[in-house]
Amino acid sequence: MIFGVPLQALLGQLLLGLINGAFYAMLSLGLALIFGLLNIINFTHGALYMAGAFAAWLVLTYLGIGYWGALLLAPLAVGLFGMLLERFLLSRLYKLDHLYGLLLTFGLALVIEGGFRQLYGVSGMPYPVPKELQGGWNLGVMYLPIYRGWVVVVSASVCLGTWLLVEKTKLGSYLRAATENRALVQAFGINVPMMVTLTFGFGVALAALAGVLAAPIYSVNPLMGSNLIIVVFAVVVIGGMGSMGGAIITSFALGLVEGLTKLLYPEAASTIIFLVMAVLLLVKPAGLFGKER
Amino acid sequence: MMIRKTILGTVLSVLIFGPVHAEIANHKVKIGVLTDMSGPYSDLAGQGSVMAAQMAIEDFGGKVNGWPVELVSADHQSKADIASAIARKWYENEEVDAIADLVTTAAARAVREVAKEKGKVDLDSGPGSLPLTNDWCSATGFHWTYDNYATAGGTATAVIKQGGTSWFFLTADYAFGHDLQAQAERVVKANGGSVLGSVRHPFPSSDFSSFLLQAQSSGAKIIGLANAGNDTINAIKQANEFGITKNGQSIAGLLVFITDVHSLGLETAKGMLLTTGFYWDFDEGTRAFAKRFGARMNGKMPTMVQAGVYSSVSHYLKAVQQANTTEGIRVADKMREIPINDFFAKNGKIRADGRMVHDMYLAEVKAPAESKGPWDYYKILRTIPGDEAFRPLSESTCPLVKK
Repeated sequence: MIFGVPLQALLGQLLLGLINGAFYAMLSLGLALIFGLLNIINFTHGALYMAGAFAAWLVLTYLGIGYWGALLLAPLAVGLFGMLLERFLLSRLYKLDHLYGLLLTFGLALVIEGGFRQLYGVSGMPYPVPKELQGGWNLGVMYLPIYRGWVVVVSASVCLGTWLLVEKTKLGSYLRAATENRALVQAFGINVPMMVTLTFGFGVALAALAGVLAAPIYSVNPLMGSNLIIVVFAVVVIGGMGSMGGAIITSFALGLVEGLTKLLYPEAASTIIFLVMAVLLLVKPAGLFGKER
Repeated sequence: MMIRKTILGTVLSVLIFGPVHAEIANHKVKIGVLTDMSGPYSDLAGQGSVMAAQMAIEDFGGKVNGWPVELVSADHQSKADIASAIARKWYENEEVDAIADLVTTAAARAVREVAKEKGKVDLDSGPGSLPLTNDWCSATGFHWTYDNYATAGGTATAVIKQGGTSWFFLTADYAFGHDLQAQAERVVKANGGSVLGSVRHPFPSSDFSSFLLQAQSSGAKIIGLANAGNDTINAIKQANEFGITKNGQSIAGLLVFITDVHSLGLETAKGMLLTTGFYWDFDEGTRAFAKRFGARMNGKMPTMVQAGVYSSVSHYLKAVQQANTTEGIRVADKMREIPINDFFAKNGKIRADGRMVHDMYLAEVKAPAESKGPWDYYKILRTIPGDEAFRPLSESTCPLVKK
């Protein structure tokens, strides 16, 4: 017994917390990537996560393409859309204050969500768990649906892969250099605008991928992103704006904290993350892993 | 042309109803539909409610005693302050005589206050909370389609009779959720069942796995969902995913709309019991309405809330016609006087507390193989007579009820 809760139940809840953390990680990673390298506070992230889930539902309903195809197609389509956004709208705002990008993306998010709501209503669409991942394992502490295990594996590998790509490869070093000094990197003959566009596309593709992963678990509905995006922003702020490693670690940690709260004092489950954020910002204004600027 | 029609109408109405004492003051009847157009309840009410009101007006001939009937609509965004501001503007400046739908309790309560103050009519179809006909009741306020007592009570009674004697509640942490749980608990305890625990989840929530796991370890036979809309949908979906329904525990949704079942899909929702005030495929009358409604709403079938808006608006118009006035209290008295007979309600009657008492239906969600086509979702297991479905008048705390 710990905190008056049987150990078994506690372990089960912690595991569930990790699973939720996996979703936060995929989303906050994209946000942190886009903020860290492009300095854009991307409020469309939640809407594009929703668009990813809808893309999966659309290709299933109208083209008969199932989960595995959607896992590839949805991020591609949404990533492409993101690149268009960046090229034609966001790129005009780089010289201005952060606030303009925030306003633009916030407005776009409302437009995208409004569009889906107009077309498909708000109660959501059913999306089945793929056959190969149905069922579950009895772990003793809890029954773990195979699909949830799969989500954690995909999320962890994508996070690790992205982190390695940015921190350990040549391409990643170009990206980081371009953040520090755009003009200089361009002088070396690297096409910085193209790189920025691709990075943005990749960041939102991550959101879409998370959307596809979420489709069989949550109801696919136009509001699913706006419910999540605020929490994910808090995660990014706690981790330190722009720190990718920070975003990943914080996501899993906060998933655990939230899981415990749901068990011990469920009424506070939706506020605990913001409480952590407020306290942390008082103590460490740059976040856990952020650099003071 | 207009003038001639108006004169003709007046003459006709004088001929039919004798000398006119109380006229319709502004030479028209105006009905407002105030609902959630974009938020979580916009599918079960929203545009469909506006369409239902419009159909009610059209079916009435667009005129009452010669005066044209106008329809306006607005989005209250499920916020009490917005609902209250729009209601005030409508009643005070725009000559609206009655406001219909009012989905979500917070909005309904806010409008009820304004309507009471102005002596105007409000026709609640969307909200579920019981206080609307108890502590907050009014002489000109009506609660039409369902309430938590009827839906939670009806479902809980049926579940207990099937042997579901021990319960655990997942409750949305706001007034509506608490009320829904209280209504179900009342029935569970009255029938010798036990409540093993409950957990209050934030509203709205998307991840229910943690709460479901707590429900699972409680060992209760029944997990009662005291929430609505997307919360209910996600909870049921995830209960399926975590194998809860396969391992002998059952889910009871205490307020389930047909749009929720549509969103869940029959494979996930099959076998679930629920109580509803209306099902489109119940008889000839309901099918005829649903067909006309569907033709104008992209094939969607009406929810009980939308059908209730039709019924309440057409009953209101009938009362205006017979009372020959739009003065709130006199129309309201007339509404209580005439029984309600349409596709929605058979011999429905309005009590002193404003409750419209009509039959409710206990339904079971069909399995995919039993469903013949889109929206063919329910088997009606039992008609619950109105007097059994709704809370007895003797228990009402409404000050208007004489004891």
